[in-house]
Amino acid sequence: MANGILIYAEVTKSGYIHPVFFTLAAKAQELSAKLGGAEVSALIITSPGKTEFFKEGFEKCGFDKVYAVEDLRLAQYNTELYAKAAVDIIKEIQPEIFLIGATTQGRDLAPRISSSIPTGLTADCIELDINDKGQLAATRPTFGGKLMATILCKKYPQMATVRPGVFKPLEQDVVKNTEIIYKTPDLNITPKVELLEFIKGVEEEINDLDSAEIIVAGGKGMKNSDGFKLLKEFAKVLGGAVGASRGAVDMGLADHSIQIGQTGKTVSPKLYIACGISGAIQHIVGMDASKRIIAINIDENAPIFDVADIGYVGDAFEVIPEIIDKLSRK
Amino acid sequence: MKILVCIKQVPDTTDIKWTENNTIQREGVESIINPYDVYALETALKLKKILNAEITVLSMGPDQAEDILRKALAIGCDNAVLLSDKKFAGADTYATGKTIAEAIKAKIPDFDLIICGQFAIDGDTAQTGPTIANNLDIPQVTYVKDVLECSMQHLTVKREIEEGTEIVKVLLPALICILKGYEEPTRPTINGIIKAQDSKITVYSHEDIGLAPEETGLRGSPTYVSKAFRPETKGQCVFVKSSDEIIKKLEEFDIING
Repeated sequence: MANGILIYAEVTKSGYIHPVFFTLAAKAQELSAKLGGAEVSALIITSPGKTEFFKEGFEKCGFDKVYAVEDLRLAQYNTELYAKAAVDIIKEIQPEIFLIGATTQGRDLAPRISSSIPTGLTADCIELDINDKGQLAATRPTFGGKLMATILCKKYPQMATVRPGVFKPLEQDVVKNTEIIYKTPDLNITPKVELLEFIKGVEEEINDLDSAEIIVAGGKGMKNSDGFKLLKEFAKVLGGAVGASRGAVDMGLADHSIQIGQTGKTVSPKLYIACGISGAIQHIVGMDASKRIIAINIDENAPIFDVADIGYVGDAFEVIPEIIDKLSRK
Repeated sequence: MKILVCIKQVPDTTDIKWTENNTIQREGVESIINPYDVYALETALKLKKILNAEITVLSMGPDQAEDILRKALAIGCDNAVLLSDKKFAGADTYATGKTIAEAIKAKIPDFDLIICGQFAIDGDTAQTGPTIANNLDIPQVTYVKDVLECSMQHLTVKREIEEGTEIVKVLLPALICILKGYEEPTRPTINGIIKAQDSKITVYSHEDIGLAPEETGLRGSPTYVSKAFRPETKGQCVFVKSSDEIIKKLEEFDIING
């Protein structure tokens, strides 16, 4: 019989646990309560000695157990080795639910694990619940956010990847005496993928976007570096962070690390202000889970208005300085 | 070198219309090659020039998916395979990946490289490529922006991930998932279109690839949709006309103090 909720603790290249893990930890407490107090555990795959370093974080997030696989060969993410380790652990402990952050690593790893188990996998969810039959009901946007689908799974574990930033971390610590259980799965395979080089993005801004409650994002309509300076000023006045559409990144107005959309980050702040962004489907899927959306665009037919709550048809270069000016004088 | 490109026919999601019952209207909506798969095809065509590769393009879908296969033939792909069977309908990513992998094992086992688009714009799961790779027991590289180097034994590719850029070397046979590129997609030539019209498209059913009906389609899928609905707040845009009105909304949303 399947038991408990297992959460994947992704160790990032910078050596910390990805913020999405803490949002999943909070959601797991809620799901556990609905399942009558199911055990909540984490799975961490990393290099020797690392798990102990994160122990306090696990204890404050209410984890009963942490399954740790530590090996020098696991110092860097590798699809084949990580999948092998995860599959072995999951087959042994048989969780009822297994959740992974829908990061680039999570989306690379999860389907490899699910098809080996084999079980089903629901991608990039923005809501998780337990239905009246005790099943995981995972809701995700499809057709570029224009249709929502709630998906159930007939097999165990019920697996889902979850979009970062959708759930909030615990407001108050749920302190537990977390037990770390070290596992040594057979890693005797020769990986066929080798990492030759890594070029780091602009990290400061990545972190800002992950936790920002307000995001001011710019697209091609922001035209030049002055346009993005204006957005930075706007974001500063509101206490938010700056993001960009792929169009703006392609024009060299912003770094790829702050790109929002299908090939960038997915965000869901309290407020998203889209400035000069037409709203291509690839952008929409990265921000449509935002609580409120304000769109400023010169073209009244821009698709961004289809997903916006508030729309302003006009020149961002005129209206934004006006807003900044008025707010600064308040 | 033999390259296999997996492509999907998708509705043009910029053109979604709703029926009275709040379901997506599928009739009369234009079908296109998934935009990411266009770049998978471009990558294959680029490698074809360098390595004198032979390209087979494969799709799973209804008979109408022949259209996108002919488009791929028209821009320079050599062979086309369509997995089409009523039994395949309703497949989730697990069943889709398994069906495609079994078809490859049965009919195209001598491939060196499989190229997929990173996402499909309708489902947006990014799961089918890795599922195919896992079923074939070959390595995968996802989020590939560019192929930097290629030989008969390996590829060196550039990946774009959240934290930056990776340069990765993978031994063949392997599967790669391609992000959208910057270059303009190849346009078919008149000769290409004429040749594609006359080309044979090989169609396989579940029996041809040796899968039992219960292993495919909805029956072979561990996941299923229990409910589909239209998001509440979308499509209700309230238009404002001045900076003052925007500021008023920011107050209403508790962003700033009134």
